[in-house]
Amino acid sequence: MANHAFSRPDMPGPQPVEATKVTALSTPRTAPLLHVSSGEVPDRIFKSLMTICGLAVLGVLVLIVYSLISGSRLSWHAFGFKFFAASDWDPVGEHFGALPFIYGTLVSSLVALIIAVPLAVGVAVFTTEMCPKVLRAPLSFFVELLAAIPSVIYGLWAIFVLVPLMSGYVEPFLGKTLGWTGLFTGAPYGIGMLAAGIILAVMIIPIISSIAREVLMVVPQHQREAVLALGATRWEMIRVGVLRNARAGIVGGIILGLGRALGETMAVTMVIGNRPDIAKSLFAPGYTMASVLANEFSEATGDTYLSALVEIGLALFVVTIIVNALAQLLVWTVTRGQPAKGNA
Amino acid sequence: MASPRREMPDPMSVPTPQVVVPPISLRRRVTDHVMTGVAVLTVVLVLAPLVAIFGYLVYKGLGSLNWAFLTQTPKPVGEPGGGMANAIVGSMLILGIASLIGVPFGIGAGIYLAEFGRNRFGAAIRFTADVLNGVPSIVIGIVAWALLVRGRGFSALAGGVALAIMMVPTICRTTEEMLLLVPQALREAAYGLGVPRWRTTLSITLRTATSGVITGVMLAFARVAGETAPLLFTALGNTFWNLRYDQPTAALPLQIYVYANSAYDDWHRQAWAGSFVLILLIVSSVAAVRYAVRRGSFGAA
Repeated sequence: MANHAFSRPDMPGPQPVEATKVTALSTPRTAPLLHVSSGEVPDRIFKSLMTICGLAVLGVLVLIVYSLISGSRLSWHAFGFKFFAASDWDPVGEHFGALPFIYGTLVSSLVALIIAVPLAVGVAVFTTEMCPKVLRAPLSFFVELLAAIPSVIYGLWAIFVLVPLMSGYVEPFLGKTLGWTGLFTGAPYGIGMLAAGIILAVMIIPIISSIAREVLMVVPQHQREAVLALGATRWEMIRVGVLRNARAGIVGGIILGLGRALGETMAVTMVIGNRPDIAKSLFAPGYTMASVLANEFSEATGDTYLSALVEIGLALFVVTIIVNALAQLLVWTVTRGQPAKGNA
Repeated sequence: MASPRREMPDPMSVPTPQVVVPPISLRRRVTDHVMTGVAVLTVVLVLAPLVAIFGYLVYKGLGSLNWAFLTQTPKPVGEPGGGMANAIVGSMLILGIASLIGVPFGIGAGIYLAEFGRNRFGAAIRFTADVLNGVPSIVIGIVAWALLVRGRGFSALAGGVALAIMMVPTICRTTEEMLLLVPQALREAAYGLGVPRWRTTLSITLRTATSGVITGVMLAFARVAGETAPLLFTALGNTFWNLRYDQPTAALPLQIYVYANSAYDDWHRQAWAGSFVLILLIVSSVAAVRYAVRRGSFGAA
């Protein structure tokens, strides 16, 4: 108000125009709260439309939970907790136990993590701490390009390139050198737990490495300078000044990668062998929760069979939700210090 | 080493201390070099599969691509020849349905979060969207099956809905982020002119953030375009032409999956060609929209 009064004498020209405006506006000014009334109804409609869209997101989650729980009720009543401890999968005799699938999912994901974590962290360290600035953007672009390849193409490549490589060279070599551990015994078919783990590793590397890179970049520059000033070499600086500070966030990224590995379907289904056995050797074929759904769901006959499959889906859903929530929490604790653009 | 320069009241008056830096031991220097080597090795190991996959896609895919592949439907089992024309069209039908449902809901939810969602309800939606992002695609397939397939039969619509569910969280979160980047002053300027809130949001805020929002949409599109798992028991696949939303429909990823697992060389060849087309479809759609958006935003600015 004061500003207006002040600026008006400076410009004598527009003064009459503004004066007429003020008189024109003087009617609504008597009831200032009704000033927006002209736009109020469309505004309300707009807001409720957008709220409906927001509610739809909640609704989808509720729908997922509801349809999984109601779909698996039959199997739950028939087998109870024993469903997750029994290892016989007999659709003809209607005996269902999910243990081989749970085992296969866990082992293939674990193999994937063992391979992917060092590689992904190494790439993240190289791109943030070591490589020339020119290379930084193209390198991260190429690594993230791995995430854009559809799962089914990974599977195709694994069948025709990775599996022959495994059965011809990698598995005979591993069997000869590490056969005594019992993990690498049996016929080197190529197809099996190890091949599934390797292709999963390639698929989760971009996730782990991009989060690790983000977390490493949040580590304050003065941490690095301080360690260097103490006379550390570059590797000592990375180990003490960078990796130690970013530990929680990197673990978060690893868990996020684990969440992706647990639910990955197509590539794994194409190379794991799809046999519901529990074998110690990584050369042996296995089966995962996601791949049993992919293979048997559309052909399942009988309500108990379908219900057992839905229950496997429910278990997979619950596990991935827990794993993802944990990962989110860990990543947040590290990057929270950043200027948050999410909650302005 | 970085030169340690401290702020001193008068540098000239203080004598330079004789700092004796002990030489870095051989072990530490070797470790440093070895670790640098290891890091380079990891980069090579990670990029190797990328190069190998793209190399094979181009080598095998381009070599197997021919006119019949793009114009014909599959031949009966075991018979060589034929193509995936129906699967390419089917994929577009399913992706079209998914975008029609997923994009408006995703953008709407994003607008809600950015403009009205700074409360607990908004936080709940935000968290739910993040959770949905991590749900395995095959589980979403089960849900679409339970909703739309059970008792009705496999359909393109069910496949589209499954993919739409996967698109919403990505679009929603990127839209929110992009809208929040728009300066508050722009909104205030619009309000100051008496523009109602809905109009401000749609033609000022959303318009300013258009290129970011479209990038988010394309990311979501590229992600679901290659999805196979949620289509297995929703769209199911089809060896014939289908343009109806309520019939089983072929899709490129499904066809690749079936052909890759088959025992026929000619089908393997077509699986490679299909993968090449799929990658090309994903990359080119993303690139085209990005290009268009960049041109468009320059024109508007």
